[in-house]
Amino acid sequence: MAEIRVMREDLRPPAMPPRRHFISIQDVTREDVERLLATARTFERSLEREVKKLPTLKGRLVINVFYESSTRTSSSFELAAKRLSADTMSIKSSGSSVDKGESLKDTAITLGAYDPDVIVIRHPQIGAPHLVARVTEAHVVNAGDGKHQHPTQALLDLYTMRQELGRIEGLHVAIVGDVLHSRVARSLIQALTLMGAHVTLVGPPALLPRGVEAMGCEATTEISAIAGADVVYVLRMQRERMQEGANYVPSLREYATRWGVTPERIRPGQKVMHPGPMNRGVEIDPRVADHADALIETQVRAGLVTRMAVLYDLLTTGPIEVKTESVLEVA
Amino acid sequence: MLVGNTEPKENIVVRGARVVDPVEGVDAVLDVRVDDGVIAALGTDLDTNSHRVVEAAGLVLAPAFVDPHVHLRTPGREDEEDIASGTAAAAAGGYCAILAMPNTDPVVDSAATLGSLIEAARTQAEVPVGFLAAITKAQRGAELTEMGELADAGAVGFTDDGMPVAAPGLMRRALQYGAVTGRRIAVHCEETSLSREGQIHEGEVSAELGFTGYPSVAESLMVERDLALAAYERQPLHLLHLSAWESVQAVRRARAQGVQATAEVTPHHLCLTDEAVRSLDPNLKMNPPLRAASDRTALVEALKDGTITAIATDHAPHARHEKEVPFEAAPFGVIGLETAFAAVYTHVVEPGLVPLEVVIERMSAGPARAYGLDEPHIGVGKPANLVLLDLTASYRITEDSFRSRSINSWLLGATVKAKVRGTIAAGRLVYSA
Repeated sequence: MAEIRVMREDLRPPAMPPRRHFISIQDVTREDVERLLATARTFERSLEREVKKLPTLKGRLVINVFYESSTRTSSSFELAAKRLSADTMSIKSSGSSVDKGESLKDTAITLGAYDPDVIVIRHPQIGAPHLVARVTEAHVVNAGDGKHQHPTQALLDLYTMRQELGRIEGLHVAIVGDVLHSRVARSLIQALTLMGAHVTLVGPPALLPRGVEAMGCEATTEISAIAGADVVYVLRMQRERMQEGANYVPSLREYATRWGVTPERIRPGQKVMHPGPMNRGVEIDPRVADHADALIETQVRAGLVTRMAVLYDLLTTGPIEVKTESVLEVA
Repeated sequence: MLVGNTEPKENIVVRGARVVDPVEGVDAVLDVRVDDGVIAALGTDLDTNSHRVVEAAGLVLAPAFVDPHVHLRTPGREDEEDIASGTAAAAAGGYCAILAMPNTDPVVDSAATLGSLIEAARTQAEVPVGFLAAITKAQRGAELTEMGELADAGAVGFTDDGMPVAAPGLMRRALQYGAVTGRRIAVHCEETSLSREGQIHEGEVSAELGFTGYPSVAESLMVERDLALAAYERQPLHLLHLSAWESVQAVRRARAQGVQATAEVTPHHLCLTDEAVRSLDPNLKMNPPLRAASDRTALVEALKDGTITAIATDHAPHARHEKEVPFEAAPFGVIGLETAFAAVYTHVVEPGLVPLEVVIERMSAGPARAYGLDEPHIGVGKPANLVLLDLTASYRITEDSFRSRSINSWLLGATVKAKVRGTIAAGRLVYSA
């Protein structure tokens, strides 16, 4: 029979207007990432000065909308905007009209009425930032949408790796744990492969998504596979996403025994990263977390400067664009 | 078993169309004369008998379509659709008959609820409509409905569509008792312990986007089970909206072994794969989900070889505000009555995957046969159930394109080919454009 065409090219008009957003790692090219990392480096130096505030985004408005709890992401976005002299507002789902059942669309339109330059959104559902991008005029930054993407986390992780190891291209990174529920993993896999690093996923079979190798990485259930990696990136066991009775693993205890990153499983000089918050004693042994080879605190600091770079880039001339996926019509 | 407005009967001559009826073996340029709603003559240069004349040179005249799977949303969600709007949409889609699913609020599980729908349809239905009743009370999967009384009250068949009959023992009883009523049992095949929380097909796209996967085996396992029960009970069975390669294989095997299984596929599963979901458009969220390219290939092949006997829209209207949410929060389902033929023509017929005659059969006689309804045919003495198709038209689907009360179409914004120019249902002109 004749070959069947895949329909994504001819499905429907752009889901998003051609405005610059940072919703997915797929929105950026390798050049974009290089520029963002360089900008972040510049901001890191500026933060070494006594007066850390820069006037760059004076008069701009950045609204942070967080529908999920967050410490480091929300605080670093807020501080990033403040360090660049932007005005900031933070909306949390509890204590706002979301409590009264307001839809995301209406909340976004309401906030859009203040003409924000950037809306930073974290939401438990995949596609939330896309909806905000459709109904407002703001640049949208995805601070995590469900299990989909967390692109600024990936950027800060790249930044950390480059600072600590001097390069990204050619690095071997083992990502260990609950890949299935991890937006951090998905963004990081894409970011690392984009930059020429080699990625191995390690975890229990039910927490390695079927078909994930198509993202350009390897996947294995053998924890010994982390031995050869330059960086062991430990994912949090997402207890809050574990549906009761889903039986992804029999118990956290058994998980810790088989896949926990312990001093015995890593070698000296191997760098260990974790996006936080950690479950010490589950996915990461406290001795590993507190060891000098752990870059966890470095990651937090990198979060501030990379988020400054993202805000700066979106509001100046950098070419971050959303690549529309589906979307031309049938000729 | 079908009810709707049946007056006034049309006196009309359709002149010069290419008449295609694969069952009657007709494919020729002919005039067709309808006297008082009945096809009276086929031929060339027919006397018009002072009937209304429709000049149809360049158009295709085919048996009108039958949609075996429509959600009319009444009772309960008349803001999304009702009998009048849903059957008006059906008329615009070229349908002469549609079957409505019973997963309403309340569920169509009693003769009283069914009776009120049938009564309403007598005056409100633009095209004849038949109602399916539930297999189990409130579709809870616990107790059988009073299928005998429901059949006597006019139920066309029985289904718990929207959810499976989870317990095999109960499914067996449904097949046994369904046989007494003479009505077909139709099953939504989903093993929910495998599909639970699933948003899209489990595969490379779900892995990359982070959606909880709804694996093919969640469907095919239930297809295998229900086919095994149908074989054991020697009862016919209709399989709703198949989506997976494995399901198609199972049906093919069972039919080869003599199981009387019929099966349907939706236009969206024939036209799309899960790659489309990358746009995160909530109008690409349906149950069963869009699957991989290999599944789509298998569905197209099965449609062609007759393993799949019917194209069904699974027309599922949803309120605008319910779909204007993040993909994960959106309800499953898309509308399809008004775009089914255009979608299939554009993405399946024109690229040469399945011949036009086969698609026409699978949209008219095929679905009628699944439920034992009268098949629409173009033959002298047959009731006029005709659709006039313009295969050369090319147009864009917009929010204004729909007679349905809902606009949750996966084709919004797309340009398609082939347009329905006229529909005669049960001898009555119900649509012309």
